[in-house]
Amino acid sequence: MTNLQRTALTAWHAENGAKLVEFAGYSMPLQYEGVVAEHRAVRRACGVFDVSHMAELRVTGSDARAEVNRLITNDVSKLEPGHAVYTALCNDAGMVLDDLLVYALADDDFMIVANACNRAKVTSWFAERLGTGASLRDESDETALVALQGPRSLDVLRAWPRLLSSTRAVEALEYYSCQRLQLDDMPLLLSRTGYTGEWGYELYLPAAHALALWEELLAAGASCGLKPCGLGARDTLRLEAGFSLYGHELDEDVTPFESGIGWVVRLRKGDFIGRDALLAQKEAGIPRRTIALGLSGRNIARQGARVLHEGAAVGVVTSGSFSPTLQHGIALARVSDRAAEARLQVDIRGKLADVEIQKPPFVPNRTRGES
Amino acid sequence: MRPDDLKYSREHEWVRIEGGEAVIGITDFAADELGDIVFLELPEAGQMVLAGEPLGTIETVKAVEELYSPLSGEVIESNPDLSEQPEKVNADPYGDGWMVRVRIAELDENELMDAAAYGEMVDG
Repeated sequence: MTNLQRTALTAWHAENGAKLVEFAGYSMPLQYEGVVAEHRAVRRACGVFDVSHMAELRVTGSDARAEVNRLITNDVSKLEPGHAVYTALCNDAGMVLDDLLVYALADDDFMIVANACNRAKVTSWFAERLGTGASLRDESDETALVALQGPRSLDVLRAWPRLLSSTRAVEALEYYSCQRLQLDDMPLLLSRTGYTGEWGYELYLPAAHALALWEELLAAGASCGLKPCGLGARDTLRLEAGFSLYGHELDEDVTPFESGIGWVVRLRKGDFIGRDALLAQKEAGIPRRTIALGLSGRNIARQGARVLHEGAAVGVVTSGSFSPTLQHGIALARVSDRAAEARLQVDIRGKLADVEIQKPPFVPNRTRGES
Repeated sequence: MRPDDLKYSREHEWVRIEGGEAVIGITDFAADELGDIVFLELPEAGQMVLAGEPLGTIETVKAVEELYSPLSGEVIESNPDLSEQPEKVNADPYGDGWMVRVRIAELDENELMDAAAYGEMVDG
């Protein structure tokens, strides 16, 4: 693991019992105590994740808004400063280059958060296409990102001494909005977003302050049941929430309509890269769908497992794992449109298992509180 | 930590010999390396198993691993509790987490290690 990139917290992870694995060129914590215990902490109380490997790009300038809007599928033409949207980034063929969060920090200042594995691709995609009225800066290396997720996340922030004077602003923060704060010497962008399906926050800050933030949050959250959590739990949590992941549901061979994120395509907003292809696919009929599957037992249909209807292959599992909340196997799969409501089976290493088509999320979404 | 009365395989199984029968499980080292075990596929009574051949599969959240048989024989029973509580393997690998009981047909003890030799292999 000598050539791997490290985050500002890698040494802390290693010293505190994390099992470190390679992920997108970074050495990242897979788990500390165990995936299931960390998963449960987030569903029942709260957890913190180091996701500093994510890429942060900054687009600024008088044309920043229009230029970003021309590149992404969602619409930021009226996105107010202090708010964010989730979007796809497509190529001319309408295929997914990446999925992004786009924050409007000011009218002429946008922050793009991309997957670590796509950092170089997304950076050059933007750099080659932005007009002269917008400039791009890759701030990934100097930016840390910590996700605080779970129903007690707000309690942790309330108990964090450094944030006491800003408690009211934090309590007022709506889902998919953000606030820039200066907490003593620590500049922080606090965002009410996440990837677990629970109430939670994502905290962006200069990497030099990451260790202080991490240790202060763990201390503030001790009485709330806060645990450090690894990428293993992040994956089972997002899968239970029905969220797509690049390299699984999303890649350059599928459109947003086929990969479960069709709602981020705004065909009526005006021209954008990929619009013609996406419009054509919508008019011709979307050939494949991403569906949610539940297994009856504890067995797991993993990525790549074939999906069958009456013995014929109709698709493939894109993500599959054991659901710690439901105590059975769950999966997302891409299947031909005709098969999306049929009786299906999955091929698990040669054995066929019946699966039930479910409406995602597998576990109720509580990002806005109890539903 | 590792019981002295067991034999250990290079594939991280343990074997407890009880007369003509053997009880098989995986070691604490294997259980920790695998992480949370969420599903086990174990053989049924009457099935013949061969030394070095797959005996079952172990599913964790992240991966699936084969369980290899350290000996040849006929399966008497698999641990019935593990179908609903596979986490017992992580919690108590040498006790409640036992996996399979086999009637021994052939066992090459030279292929197995004692606790000290196994400990040297995994802990260095």
